[in-house]
Parts: sequence; structure tokens; C-alpha cells
Amino acid sequence: MINISQKLNPKLFDKDVEQIPIRKGFGEGLLLAGEKNESIVGLSADLTESTQMHLFKNKFPERYIEVGIAEQNLASVASGLSAMGKIPFISSFAAFSPGRNWEQIRTTICYNNRPVVIVGSHSGFSDGADGGTHQSLEDIALMRVLPKMTVISPCDSIEAKKATVASAELGGAVYIRLLREKTPVITTEDSPFEIGKARLYYGEEDVKADVGIVATGSLVFKALKVAETLKKENISAKVLSVTTIKPIDSESIISLAKTCGAIVTVEEHQIACGFGSAVAEVLVQNFPVPIEFIGVKDMFGQSGTPNELLEHYEIGENHILYASKKVIGRKN
Amino acid sequence: MNLTDEKIKFLEEKARDVRVSVIEMLVSAGSGHSAGSLGMADIFTALYFVILKHDPKVPSWPGRDRVVLSNGHIVPVQYATMAHAGYFPVDELLTLRKFGSRLQGHPHRDFLPMMETSSGPLGSGISQAVGMALADRMDRGKSSDRFFYCITGDGELDEGQNWEAMMLAGKEKLGNLIVIVDRNNIQIDGYTEDVMPLENLAHKFESFNFHVEEIDGHNFSEITEAVGRAQAVFDGPSVIIAHTIPGKGVSFMERDYKWHGNPPKTEIAGEPPKDEQEKIALKELHSLGGQIESQHE
Repeated sequence: MINISQKLNPKLFDKDVEQIPIRKGFGEGLLLAGEKNESIVGLSADLTESTQMHLFKNKFPERYIEVGIAEQNLASVASGLSAMGKIPFISSFAAFSPGRNWEQIRTTICYNNRPVVIVGSHSGFSDGADGGTHQSLEDIALMRVLPKMTVISPCDSIEAKKATVASAELGGAVYIRLLREKTPVITTEDSPFEIGKARLYYGEEDVKADVGIVATGSLVFKALKVAETLKKENISAKVLSVTTIKPIDSESIISLAKTCGAIVTVEEHQIACGFGSAVAEVLVQNFPVPIEFIGVKDMFGQSGTPNELLEHYEIGENHILYASKKVIGRKN
Repeated sequence: MNLTDEKIKFLEEKARDVRVSVIEMLVSAGSGHSAGSLGMADIFTALYFVILKHDPKVPSWPGRDRVVLSNGHIVPVQYATMAHAGYFPVDELLTLRKFGSRLQGHPHRDFLPMMETSSGPLGSGISQAVGMALADRMDRGKSSDRFFYCITGDGELDEGQNWEAMMLAGKEKLGNLIVIVDRNNIQIDGYTEDVMPLENLAHKFESFNFHVEEIDGHNFSEITEAVGRAQAVFDGPSVIIAHTIPGKGVSFMERDYKWHGNPPKTEIAGEPPKDEQEKIALKELHSLGGQIESQHE
């Protein structure tokens, strides 16, 4: 059952559960952070409203810079601003930033140890109709491999708002992964949030279960639905929501593996080098258990609605359900 | 800024010391970039000994001008100039490129925080200087007296990011930004106009709304006067295209792209025997001081 200590949305499993785009939470969070700290500046590469930076731009036009369609310059100008004490947020579609400007992020931001927050919107399949070029399925891999980079993948708009405010105060480079389309609101303003901390949203700490589902981004919602379905079949599941992919909360993941003995990872991203890989890196070194990966299997995307694409690429609820049963069957 | 003959002589001697250090550093390291480092010795000497507002004893002084080195591979000349200007001991220069040294092969701020940026991958320096200049204008407005100098190679202007940065600098009318291009006409694979033609470079910068100066990068009066004019242009960014001789001061290296990425003591066809290269270079550099002195008498 839902872990009540996390103060999640009480209407979570209602048919009319509220749905808000995760990117909207970023826009509101940047405005809040900007009000608190006048060092915060916003930079956009011709996608101000799409990435929801327009709220900040309208309130603080003197702290907003439009660089045009130039993502490489976007990253390095931000590095220069941070060298002078600013806290820059740079936003674009994830396919272009960090997709286009990885080396600039590596050298001018991470290698320089500059506190720049890189906001990649429209990640995963959330920009469905635009097709494969615009669907970033590689950004977690690109960002989590970089030393000094923190990688955050909020599960809903409220968490995105909290992550944005917290990133402004972190003092290091951060990547925040956002989705375009509306997704269910899982948490509430009262839900605990902390960079680096995973949260058990379904099941109880220290209580055994048949399977542990570890999910990131909006797919946490699908994982929770699967846990409910499994419960009806008398299979107990826990769901760990991992918002900070790097540094990953090893302790919570190991604890989940110890109490469940089998793990399913769920992400809207390539399986190779992604979130599931990060979870596996923790478990194979500390507490090896069978793992099934739900994610994209070395393919590019295509046009369609996000849900059509999630089904086509085998990231739907049925696939999580099937993987959960399969991994239970792999237990010794 | 007008330089007295006495000041010019002082700068020429400093530049000679810097070049001697560069040769000694590269020989000690056994690798590194000779041509650009020697070619830019006069520009760096002018910057650190007359142009910059800075305090070598307090490198983090907030009021300082900023020097962003975009072409990180010529950092030996910056390390050497900074050491001779008093930032750190000259002896430390011989640790260049060695394990544990603060003087990384390409600069890294984690090792030497007094560097304004880390660099190596080409083409991102102007962007960073633009970011710094924008921050300065946000904080201090147009009355700020800080300048943001970005040193770039000419070959690295092949990188598209430079032109993204120039567009933004022009759009934002960054009068506090002064780009200095080392126009030495060489890059690793050959002469710039063969590898990827840059001309007409001055027209290109002009069409990106830069004020353009073209100078002899070995003439201290021209260097300081061009910087002075660039500083006076407050409604837009400036570029100084400094024509330099790669390998300047060492006859067998001058104007020869083969010395772009090689240190002295390298076996190269048609060049002096590798064991004699350092001796020849140091001898020529020391006597160069004498030649220049006689020219000014």
C-alpha cells in the first residue's frame, strides 16, 4: 500500500487524478528561486516558453538572456556568468542541451566546477508527435557520466518545483530532466524532498515484499499502478521513487534489494548507461539480486502520442507487470 | 597608452625572459606547443606588465580584469608570464606537464585556481568571456572599469561556437569585451588558409558588429595603443587581430607549422639535430635582446 509517511496525493489512484506538465513545475520553481536569490539568471536558446522560463523572464527581464539557437554558446556563456558569481539556469529541449553541447558542459561547466543548472525539457517520449529527433532517450547517460554533475529526474510538477529551488542552492552543476506533456501529480507540497534521497512511495520500510520496483520520472506513477495491480494478485511490491539519479541513494536501493530480493528498474530512456544501469552498479557491488530493466532497447523513437510510444517501446504498465513477475521467478 | 623607449626596452627584456622560460619548460616537459607559445610572448608580456588591472599577490582580487585563454595549448606562455609577473615562483615552471604539478598540460582551475578558466577543447573561450562581461554589466552597469580579454588562436576560429558567441557579443553591445586573435596563420595540419580559409577575417568580425584593430603582435607600442582604442569603444565588443610569427625568436621554428604541437628536441626532417635545438634556441633568444637593443639606440 501507499506509504503514508510520504504524504502523497490522496487522489493518486482516482480516475480524475490531477495532471500537470512536469516542466511547469520548473517554471514556477525558477520564479521562486529568482525571488529568493538575485544572483540567479536565466538563459534560453529560443525555447523560452516551451521550457517555461517565460515566468522568470517576465518578472526579471534584466536577469534573462536570450542567446538564440546556439546551445554550445548557451552552456559556455553560463559558465562565464557563474565565474562572476551568478547562478545560471540554462534551458532547452534535452535533445539539444545536453544533446548538442555535451563537451561544453563537460569542460566549461563540470571541469571548471561551475554551479550551472542545465534544464533539459521534452525528454523521453513526452515530445511524441515531433518524432525521434526531438525525443531525448540518452540524456541521463550523457549527464551521469560527468564528474561533479548532479542528475535529477522529478516524478511530477511539484517535485520539479522543489528540485529547481534546491538546485539553485546546491552550489554545483546540476542537470534537471523534464517532460513536456501533462502527467499525474504524485506528490504534494508536504511530501518530503531532498536532493540525493530516494523515497519509498509504496510498501513499508524494513518489511519484506516479493519485488522492488525502482522508477524515475513520471513512470513512478505507472510503477505505483502496477504495485496496486500486483496486490490484487496477492503479490507484494514496493516502489522506490528515485528523483536524484546522481549521486544515487545507494542505501535505499540496497535496503530495497535486501527486503525484496528482486528488482525491476523503470525509465523513459535507453537501457544502456541509463538509470537502471546506475541502480545495477550499486547492487552488483553490494547486494546482487536479479534485475529486470524497463527502458528503450537500443532504438530511436518515432512520431506518436507518448502513451502509444511507451507501449510500442515496451515501457507500459503491462510490461512493468510482466517484468515484475519474471524477476520474481528468477529468485533462487 | 604611449610607451617610453625605456618601458619598451623593459618589456622586450621581459618577453625574452618569458620565451627563455617557455623553451626550458617545453624541453623539461618533453612535449607541448612551441610555436604559439613563443609567438604570443609579446602580447602576454604587454598584458601582464602594463595593460591589466591585477594584483599578482592577490590573484582573486574582485576588481581585476579577466584574461580568458581560449586556446589552452599555448598556456606555457601564460604560465611563464604569470610567474615572471610574480604570481608564483619561476622555478615552478619546470614542473609543467608533470604528475602532481599545478601547471597542467592544458590549464585546469582545480589545480591552479588563479586561471580564470580551464581550457583545451577549442572554441569556447569567447563564450565564457561573453558570460563574464554580461555578468559585469548586470552588476556594475556601463560604468564598470573592468575589461574582459579573451585570447584565441586563429585556427580555433574554425569552431562554430566562436561565431555563436560573437553574435551574442554584438547583440549585447559588450564594450567591456576585448578579443585578441593570435593570427599566426598556422594550425596542426598546415597553414590556416590551406586547412580552412579564415580571410577576410577582419571583415568577418566587422560584420558581427565588432570594432576591429589589426596590429603587429610583436610591437609593444602597437599592442598597447590598440588595446587603448579598444577600451575606448564602449558601445560594442572589440577584436584585436594580432599578426604574430609562430615560433618568434627561434629561427628554425619561425613560420613553420611543424612546430605548432612539438617541443624543442624533436626530430623533424630539415630542422637542426634534436640535441642541438635547445642550445640554438636559447642562444638566439639571449642574443635577440642585444639586437633589439641596438635597433632602438
